[in-house]
Amino acid sequence: MSHIELINISKSYDKQKGVLNSINLTIEEGEFFVLVGPSGSGKSTLLRMIAGLEEISGGFLKINGQTVNHLPPKDRNLSMVFQNYALYPHLTVKENILFGLKGRKVDKQEQQRRLKEAADMLGLQELLKRKPRELSGGQRQRVALGRSVVSHAPLCLMDEPLSNLDAKLRANMRVEIRRLQKRLGLTMIYVTHDQVEAMTMGDRIMVLNDGQIQQVGQPITLYNEPENLFVATFIGSPKMNIGNAVFSENGKYLIVENQIHIPVNPSIFSDIPKDRKLKVGIRAEHLAAGLSKKENIHSLEAVNIEQLGNETSIAFDVGSEVWTAKWPGQWPIELGQKVPVQLLPEFLVFFDADSGKLIKSAEFGKRQEVVTV
Amino acid sequence: MSMAYRTLETNETYILQAERVKKQNRKKSFLKGMLFLLPSILLFGAFVFYPMFKTIYLSFFLTNAQGATTVYVGWENYKALITDPIFMKSVKNTFLFVFYTVPTTVVISLALAVVANEKLKGIGFFRTIFSSTMGVSVAAASVFWLYLFNPTMGLLNKFLEVFGLEAIEWLTDPKWALLAVSATTIWMNIGFTFLILLGGLQSIDSSLYESADIEGTGYFYKLRRITIPMLSPTFFFVITVSIINAFQTFGQIDILTQGGPANGTNLIVYSIYREAFVNYQFGSASAQAVVLFILILLMTALQFKLGERKVHYQ
Repeated sequence: MSHIELINISKSYDKQKGVLNSINLTIEEGEFFVLVGPSGSGKSTLLRMIAGLEEISGGFLKINGQTVNHLPPKDRNLSMVFQNYALYPHLTVKENILFGLKGRKVDKQEQQRRLKEAADMLGLQELLKRKPRELSGGQRQRVALGRSVVSHAPLCLMDEPLSNLDAKLRANMRVEIRRLQKRLGLTMIYVTHDQVEAMTMGDRIMVLNDGQIQQVGQPITLYNEPENLFVATFIGSPKMNIGNAVFSENGKYLIVENQIHIPVNPSIFSDIPKDRKLKVGIRAEHLAAGLSKKENIHSLEAVNIEQLGNETSIAFDVGSEVWTAKWPGQWPIELGQKVPVQLLPEFLVFFDADSGKLIKSAEFGKRQEVVTV
Repeated sequence: MSMAYRTLETNETYILQAERVKKQNRKKSFLKGMLFLLPSILLFGAFVFYPMFKTIYLSFFLTNAQGATTVYVGWENYKALITDPIFMKSVKNTFLFVFYTVPTTVVISLALAVVANEKLKGIGFFRTIFSSTMGVSVAAASVFWLYLFNPTMGLLNKFLEVFGLEAIEWLTDPKWALLAVSATTIWMNIGFTFLILLGGLQSIDSSLYESADIEGTGYFYKLRRITIPMLSPTFFFVITVSIINAFQTFGQIDILTQGGPANGTNLIVYSIYREAFVNYQFGSASAQAVVLFILILLMTALQFKLGERKVHYQ
């Protein structure tokens, strides 16, 4: 087990503007920690710095309380799974898995014992004599995991390991990796650009953008209480609907995108500053169908309809934005049809339009959290 | 009934028409393809295929001093070659020469390429230096080495003198002449071989090394288990080309030793040159050329047969 601390870690190339700026982070033992962000956010660089493949420009990296900035990768007691799996094409599966152990001159019997253990765990017994090119994508992925398993390192780093697999296999491997991690009690740092992977796999998630930490927390917290606009739009599928909002002059309405007038209810709007430019957000599942309802009904034009069978995803034109709603069941809606939509103020999330910071998360989300606890 | 008959008829005519159009298209694309190939066909025809067939033709004749055929002799030229001690010696010399130069060139170039593949400051300078012999002509390099080998003023003998060793007659001592020519050739070939091997090294996926680093394997383990196997297609190419080049060596022999001493450095191509342009025996020179062609063909075929199995393409 490993406990990892990042203190003011930064990275810059050739003394130019930093790729990563003062990252402070603690990863607990046995935790499945996900680094998520768009490409170019610096997440892979951070992972490679933890691995020791990339030099740390500033700050300290501590593993189990010891500063390891100066240690080469092999002395950090970790394993890593690469995006392209980094399998040796000229070696068989067995040789690939044992490559590191042979290189470190681990006892022969111990090698065989660990090989058998890993092969049983990952279902590789039949494949041991094959070359990587004779394997499917999922099988290669398993071999790469096997290499990590036999190393018996307490810390495992994964750099977008599922991005080369098709959607169905990816869902399977998500479960498999997660189970493996729990079973072996590994501390896992997992890099991905896919927020679904992040949400479904992580004990905690760190959202990274432009070399800055946007938010660290449990998946549900990130979903319900995004600290800023970036997290709000990055986490969740479809992304949170966002619109510009101002209060009307008499203060009785909140006007979203110059189109939707929401009556101001003091119990919800009391701590919202009236004089600032705002952005409001609402999740797709909170834009409810308004057919049989009376309050807060707005008529919106449907610009795209996706029938998914169990639910219907409808895109609406709202000012300059396109908002998406997800309604359970099958809804026969025509393109361009005006559809009544219920927009309850307790579902609204408020952001400062200039800084993008969260002002107030949705009332409903908080209530729900209380219920589950 | 009549409707069905008519459609059948139109279908048949349609198929016929389609066939005709297909044939026309095929003809058109064949002509287009030939047009693209024409320049190479002309050049190869004039400078490779015609001389090759002419050589084979000449090898069955005796000729006069102008190279015109005089008497048809069948296999006589070839039979004479097998019993000719000078030619047999040149064959032996050639194989020795290949044996001296090819492995040494590849090993030295590999060492240089591995060193030059490190990410260090100013490594570009060393890469340029190591590959620079590629830009030196055979003649210039040979003259340069001629000075180094000079028994009295040459740098090599000066070195020996410093260490109190006896001077060596590099190019005139039968023990040393072939080695001296080999050394020159190795030096000249390093540039090309180095460049190809460096290219091969750089195309190896860096994540393979990173993974090995994390797993804690040593430098030489990585070299032996990753670098060498991953380079095998490059090795295969380099060795094939080097062997063919070594078989065809001429320039440095002509400038450094003229085949001497006592035919000690007389390689096949030089022997062909002497037979044709010194002795004016174009028939027997052609026979030698054909023998060389067959030798190279066999060597290359053998290499492909043996090499293919051990080469790992990615």
